[in-house]
Amino acid sequence: MAAFLPEKISILFRRSPLTGEKASRAKHPFWVMVRKEVMDHINSWRFMILLGLMLLTTIASLYTAMSSLQRAIAEDTATSFVFLKLFTATDGSLPPFITFVSLLGPLIGIALGFDAINSERSRGTLSRLLAQPIPRDYIINAKFVASLLVITFMMIILGLLMMGMGILTTGIPPTPEEFWRVFFFLLVSIVYIGVWLNLAIMFSIKFKQAATSALSGLAVWLFFSLFFTMIVNIIVESTAPSHVADINELISYQGFVQNLLRISPSQLFSEATTTLLVPTIRTLGPITLEQASFAIAGPLPLGQSLLLVWPQLTCLAAAAFIIFGISYVLFMKQEVRSRS
Amino acid sequence: MIKENIIEISGLTKQYGQLTAVDHLTLSVQRGEIFGLLGPNGAGKTTTILMLLGLSEPTAGKIKVCGIDPAFQPFLVKEKVGYLPDEVGFYENLSGLDNLLYTAALNRIEASVAEERARHLLEQVGLTSKAHDKVQTYSRGMKQRLGLADILIKEPEVIILDEPTNGIDPEGVRELLALIKELNREKGMTVLLSSHHLYQVQQICDRVGLFVEGKLIAAGPIKELAFELFKNDPILLEVEVEPASAQLIAAIEANEHVTRVEQNRERLSIFCRQPVAAEIATTIVNHGARLFHLSQHDYGLDEIYHRYFEGGM
Repeated sequence: MAAFLPEKISILFRRSPLTGEKASRAKHPFWVMVRKEVMDHINSWRFMILLGLMLLTTIASLYTAMSSLQRAIAEDTATSFVFLKLFTATDGSLPPFITFVSLLGPLIGIALGFDAINSERSRGTLSRLLAQPIPRDYIINAKFVASLLVITFMMIILGLLMMGMGILTTGIPPTPEEFWRVFFFLLVSIVYIGVWLNLAIMFSIKFKQAATSALSGLAVWLFFSLFFTMIVNIIVESTAPSHVADINELISYQGFVQNLLRISPSQLFSEATTTLLVPTIRTLGPITLEQASFAIAGPLPLGQSLLLVWPQLTCLAAAAFIIFGISYVLFMKQEVRSRS
Repeated sequence: MIKENIIEISGLTKQYGQLTAVDHLTLSVQRGEIFGLLGPNGAGKTTTILMLLGLSEPTAGKIKVCGIDPAFQPFLVKEKVGYLPDEVGFYENLSGLDNLLYTAALNRIEASVAEERARHLLEQVGLTSKAHDKVQTYSRGMKQRLGLADILIKEPEVIILDEPTNGIDPEGVRELLALIKELNREKGMTVLLSSHHLYQVQQICDRVGLFVEGKLIAAGPIKELAFELFKNDPILLEVEVEPASAQLIAAIEANEHVTRVEQNRERLSIFCRQPVAAEIATTIVNHGARLFHLSQHDYGLDEIYHRYFEGGM
């Protein structure tokens, strides 16, 4: 794999096939950097392993969806979103695709970002880069853009693969609405992984050792995916209102618990994606029987589903931006010494 | 001929909390010269260099590099200055040539020009045969030479080398220094290099600045520095005699040009104002002692350096 690398990169650096005749003007340094970072990623073992892992996931979740599709369709006669079931249905032996993404997405983000800055530092290339006439933030911006591009490609490939294999195995093509729902699902996944990518980049600036940075990222990931719900449960048990509390109190308490859970990005992600992929979900908060009594059981249109998860989407994007902002400030303030 | 100052530093100060890394430094480097920044580790050399490039902000003082203030226009400075950091690193999975081309691309050098320059530079630093090999196969000395090619690809007016000879074997050092000297001569490039290896720097520097604890304690051509420092006894004679009796030493000290004599068994170090080797030899022979060795010593940087540290002059 590594053998074809130098030549490939040389070609990329020398001639831009896109600009063709206009190649006399040198490319903008920022895109030169992005291009190099992307090349570094896709030629690395790390990326191959991640891609392999995600491919396995795709196949496994498709298998589990196929084996339960019959039952899922039989249960749900009201809607016709059979295709989306591929992403959410499970026979219990393996989690469905959306759960896999929610679980493994952080791993992708962390794996692509944990050594972004500290590897440049320990290789001694950071001070050499900074001595070139480029703004300092190009380095961190290029790293982020390149990794996000790689993640985008990866998610799109997986999404299309899932759809393609789904069509082949079920023989049912997706309706345009289903296509758009899957599209938005992929978009949310990219933003979600972006949050973890930024977290990893932040750790890579903060910690000089790549191992420390990777471990910190993994610790945060494990905390949110394993321990966070446990902690929330403990809080819930100790603060739950008595059984005789009136309905409004119960509802507001339920809302409080839900908001507590929403501190975790994976909670936001699963709320957003479930709503997108299961059109029958009408609300994410608590709902009383009387509120639901006159509702017509039926799927929400795409626009309404999007509206429902808009806060979740905004929060995820905001988290990504905030973490990136912190990394940016950390990086700009950091003293540059060679290898220290 | 009055030479133009390409680097001007005045009153430069850098503080890290309580620690003063650079203390009111005033220094100028002329266009086309090789200037050596000398001092022990932690003297503030690297800090000064970082401020010259605008990578670190001065606490006080002014810097002008090619007439530009790096604190305000670091871009312009970085276009004109090549900086080779201490322990330079490359992308190990790329070839030497690709590393150079990447640097060129960051400097907005057009691809065809960059390739031509890179090949020429690789030839100049003697790496043509390794151009397509990955950098991870390069030795330390080769990386340092590649580093030199790397900073030259943007055709800078000034090159700043931070401890360029660190960790290279003597032959590698010799080649590197010869290369630096050649560049300086051929292209009239100004070179500022920092080092704590005095002897090496001595061979190629036109002028040196001695740096201790953030202060510049002396600057000038090495010969002048030596003269300045050793006004009282500019000449040192190393003598080996047997027996080195007290009478003999007294007789040598009686010479009007000798300022003092230090004895270490049979070896005598005689500090004197005038070259009086012949007279000393006569004195020794007349005392019936046997003379094994007599040499006149010029002061090098080692002595200069040593004096500063032990004498606190």
